[in-house]
Amino acid sequence: MTPQTPEPLARRRRLMARAFELACLGATLLSVVLLFVLLGTVLYQGLGSLTWDLLTRLPSRLPERAGIKAAALGSLWLIGLTTLISVPVGVGAAIYLEEYARDGRLRRLIQLNIANLAGVPSIVYGILGLGLFVRALALDRSVISGALTLSLVILPVVILTAQEALRSVPVSIRHASYALGATRWQTIWHQVLPVSIPGILTGVILAVSRALGEAAPLVAVGAVAYVSFVPSGLRDAYTALPIQIFDWSQRPQREFHDLAAAAIIVLLAVLLCLNGIAVYLRQRYGKRVRW
Amino acid sequence: MALTLGACAGISVLTTVGVVVVLLVESIPFFRDVSIVEFLIGTKWTPLLKPQHFGILPLLCGTMWIAVGSGLFALPLGLATAVYLSEYARPGIRDLVKPALEILAGIPSVVYGYFAVVAVSPLIRWIFPQADVFNVVSASVVVGIMILPMIVSLSEDVLRAVPRALREGAYALGSTKLDVTVRVVVPSAASGIMASFLLALSRAIGETMAVTLAAGATPQLTLNPLDSVQTMTAYIVQISQGDTPAGTIEYRTIFVVGLALFVLTLGMNVLAQYILSRFREVYE
Repeated sequence: MTPQTPEPLARRRRLMARAFELACLGATLLSVVLLFVLLGTVLYQGLGSLTWDLLTRLPSRLPERAGIKAAALGSLWLIGLTTLISVPVGVGAAIYLEEYARDGRLRRLIQLNIANLAGVPSIVYGILGLGLFVRALALDRSVISGALTLSLVILPVVILTAQEALRSVPVSIRHASYALGATRWQTIWHQVLPVSIPGILTGVILAVSRALGEAAPLVAVGAVAYVSFVPSGLRDAYTALPIQIFDWSQRPQREFHDLAAAAIIVLLAVLLCLNGIAVYLRQRYGKRVRW
Repeated sequence: MALTLGACAGISVLTTVGVVVVLLVESIPFFRDVSIVEFLIGTKWTPLLKPQHFGILPLLCGTMWIAVGSGLFALPLGLATAVYLSEYARPGIRDLVKPALEILAGIPSVVYGYFAVVAVSPLIRWIFPQADVFNVVSASVVVGIMILPMIVSLSEDVLRAVPRALREGAYALGSTKLDVTVRVVVPSAASGIMASFLLALSRAIGETMAVTLAAGATPQLTLNPLDSVQTMTAYIVQISQGDTPAGTIEYRTIFVVGLALFVLTLGMNVLAQYILSRFREVYE
């Protein structure tokens, strides 16, 4: 006979182990339930106000006449400009760091710097935008000031994900290209970039959807909620969906809270679509390329 | 080509330089009018009232309340969720829960602020009728929900990185799953877990829209989590929304508070990175 653990002790140990597992499962369930409560609250509050009129009306002091047309189109302007600015710069920086920069002090410094920038609170970027774009460059509270500020906010994310995508292309592809006499740039342009585009695009979409939800830096660079027209040029004043949601949530009247919820539904729907596209790209192209 | 691309990479360095320069250019004149000692240990923050006081402690108090409150809520919950996903859950469950939490991570902060205003704050006031409309607890809860996915995702990664051999060694000695998890796996991943906590707390300190909507605009030193407070970020939003003319001392406070915020979060992020690189467990 082998010595046995006394029965009550073994039972207690089993019970403890079971209790711990259940506690962890409970925590997981709670995390997921919180997500559903959050989305459920927004849907419950907002679905009633989500009408076609909401999308086509300009803001108003009266809740029954207010809409999100200016905010939605303002967001579109911002996102369009932000993408145009941040993608070439971010991908360019990633190509430099992965393909050109030699391993050394400078490269490590830039890399460390990007990692730190990714952790800077977005309101600090807003203050930078206020000091640099709004005041020093005298761009005022215009849609271009907002877009430049948002570009800086998402730049670290774009660079880091693009680097990841470039790094996943095997070195042998580059060597084969050089062996055929291609220059470094020809190798990058014709071999490396085409296969890493799905990865880069996934990162860009995630970064852009972050920019779409940002309100803090825009408040600092002077986006105001009450803009009763749609921007028609780079120097125009503007508002954006998150700013409109912020303004309506701040007001004491319940009707405005319902409008805020409806605007949130619109914003989340767009974000969900963007994330869906990113997931789809990752699934589809991640499998197709095999080295 | 290399030059153009190098310039793109240079923009990231210029951004950091820009942040520091912009913050300092407006902060230095501020400290000509207000002594650093008053700024650091003054207990009143009333830049918009006469007499003006510029002690940062009340704003720091508000910020710390949110960091501590959201941490109390999110750190244990996040770690337990990470442990469940990495040690107990079947792959099918993990593939369901992880994307669900990623959705939580993708929701903009202003939506959390809305959630605090319409759902959490009324609930808190129903439980504690003496609570202010804007209070520390409701802001902490929503910021906690917000940083939860970050903790889960980072902690789960480091837990999963603990090699199987360590677990199997512990099982061979007759450990239960509880012993293996609590005495072997979690301690082995402790530095990574610590780093994820620091990054999440730094995020909570820099969080803006949710705390502006939920915590209120009352800069005060308080020990009561049912009171309204003001965080550093919420103060910046409050001043930015008004029409404060450039060059005045009120305008400069934006940059001074921003500088304090930048230094605080940068310090925490650097510390987290240091812990990750210094204490990374090396297996085999």
